[in-house]
Amino acid sequence: MSRARVLLSLLLLLLLVFPAFSGPYALSVATLILYFAYTGQAWNVMMGFAGQLSLGHSLFAGLGAYAAGALFFHFGIGPWAGVWLAMAICALAGVLIGFLAFRFGISGVYFALLTIAFAEFTRVGFDHIDWLGGPGGMFLKVAQRDQVDLLHFRGPPVMYYYAMLLLAAGALAVCSWLLRSKTGYYWQAIRENEEAAQALGINTFRYKLAAVAISSAMTAISGVFFAFYYNNLFPEQIFNISRSIEIILGPVIGGVGTLFGPVLGAALLTLLAEGITELMQALGWEIPGAKQVFYGFTLLVVVMFLPNGIWPYVAKKLRL
Amino acid sequence: MTPLLDIRSVSKSFRGLKAVSNVSFPVPQGSIVGLIGPNGAGKTTLFNVIAGAFAPDSGQVVLEGRAIQALRPDQVCAAGIGRTFQIVKPFPGLTVLENVVVGALHRTGSVREAEEKSFQILETLQLAEKCNLPASTLTLPDRKRLEVARALATRPRLLLLDEVMAGLRPTECDQLVEVFRRLNGAGLTILLIEHVMRAVMKLAQDIVVLHHGEVVARGAPAQVVRDPAVLECYLGEETEV
Repeated sequence: MSRARVLLSLLLLLLLVFPAFSGPYALSVATLILYFAYTGQAWNVMMGFAGQLSLGHSLFAGLGAYAAGALFFHFGIGPWAGVWLAMAICALAGVLIGFLAFRFGISGVYFALLTIAFAEFTRVGFDHIDWLGGPGGMFLKVAQRDQVDLLHFRGPPVMYYYAMLLLAAGALAVCSWLLRSKTGYYWQAIRENEEAAQALGINTFRYKLAAVAISSAMTAISGVFFAFYYNNLFPEQIFNISRSIEIILGPVIGGVGTLFGPVLGAALLTLLAEGITELMQALGWEIPGAKQVFYGFTLLVVVMFLPNGIWPYVAKKLRL
Repeated sequence: MTPLLDIRSVSKSFRGLKAVSNVSFPVPQGSIVGLIGPNGAGKTTLFNVIAGAFAPDSGQVVLEGRAIQALRPDQVCAAGIGRTFQIVKPFPGLTVLENVVVGALHRTGSVREAEEKSFQILETLQLAEKCNLPASTLTLPDRKRLEVARALATRPRLLLLDEVMAGLRPTECDQLVEVFRRLNGAGLTILLIEHVMRAVMKLAQDIVVLHHGEVVARGAPAQVVRDPAVLECYLGEETEV
């Protein structure tokens, strides 16, 4: 086994036994880390692998959350069915945006703006859908929190932790496989030089659409998790551009296009942000927006000193 | 015998500037045809039309009897035409081997098989020792060879070479000439744009000279270089002093 595999197995083992030693607060922070690691991984498929910058991934998280949430809220159908609907809707939405953009040669910054636009008008649109609660939000019934009800994905925090661990580990495995597949090679070729990729026989339109579809469907799952973990959904929050930024900060700081970057980035950011919140509470300070300022500062430092992200640097130090 | 590639009255303008004007010539199966002409003569534009990067304003590009001028670049590649770029376009973040694998995957779904094929091609082009380096670290002559390797990996029947000899030392140039001769011997048809006359004269059986987007001469190398029209477009008109 390679060093990388040994270290990864150790980490997985550690995460598996973690709930046995942690308190409820540490468990919630760990769940949040895994949530961002997973969602960052999903975003990374599109930007890191295929080079298509989305700044509107909150759209897919939101659509996924509302799709599964509404099925549960109105019809009592649990997330195991809802997740498929969520993935289908998000993949479709992603393909629609991708089709519009790639068909008409919109790329780079303009493509990113298009993704923001879709997220924004969906946010505004959802404010007017009364069936989904409108601006007042949709609230999923919260059952007792001590029994594990896997069928309806209801249970104690530790159940959510393991679900998220499974998702994050699964996404890492899937992405690792994708990156080494023909599709992964084609994505990277498109990312590095689209014209040359096309000259080598790659149908760039189709492969870019595939990247968007896979990335948005993966993000849908994180939305479903969000709905059933937090039990309340507001368009103003879940479709907000700040959510999109939160999603991409992990992979950007960890290393865009790397497999472990999103995981490392999510861990660093979440831990530091929680640390700062704790510190300010202890000091009795109340500064609104301090977390955002901190995110901005971290991004600045990473961009200045490690523009490829922290993971490539760490990987080199660990001789992976 | 129908030629492998037949350029029929191809014209292409950019905002009124005629880059390629009514150009016709055949590329016979199994031949090496040289395309020469001064800078700005329209050689690369013609390549881009053949490769599907530009649609011609009029005329036809016919590959084995099939008109291909309306195809996208990836479809032209699938039809059997491989190309290199004059201004090289490597995938800088990928290794040399991975660059070629991308091309090889066009004919196989298996990454392992593509890697084996790619390594063989890199050996032919003397890039095998550098196969694990990022393409961004290569020198320009190596990048040109990488262009060739990538295009070859798609297993074309016709290879379009756009100034791949530029910047090579004479011995390196001769080595590459040998490589192309061997590939040609194995059945590959080649259309090359080249300024390095040493290479053109050794390789091409037939030379087409473009000037201001038009064909001004065509024929065997020895004959073309003595053609007054060719001398004129390269050196200017001969005048009595």
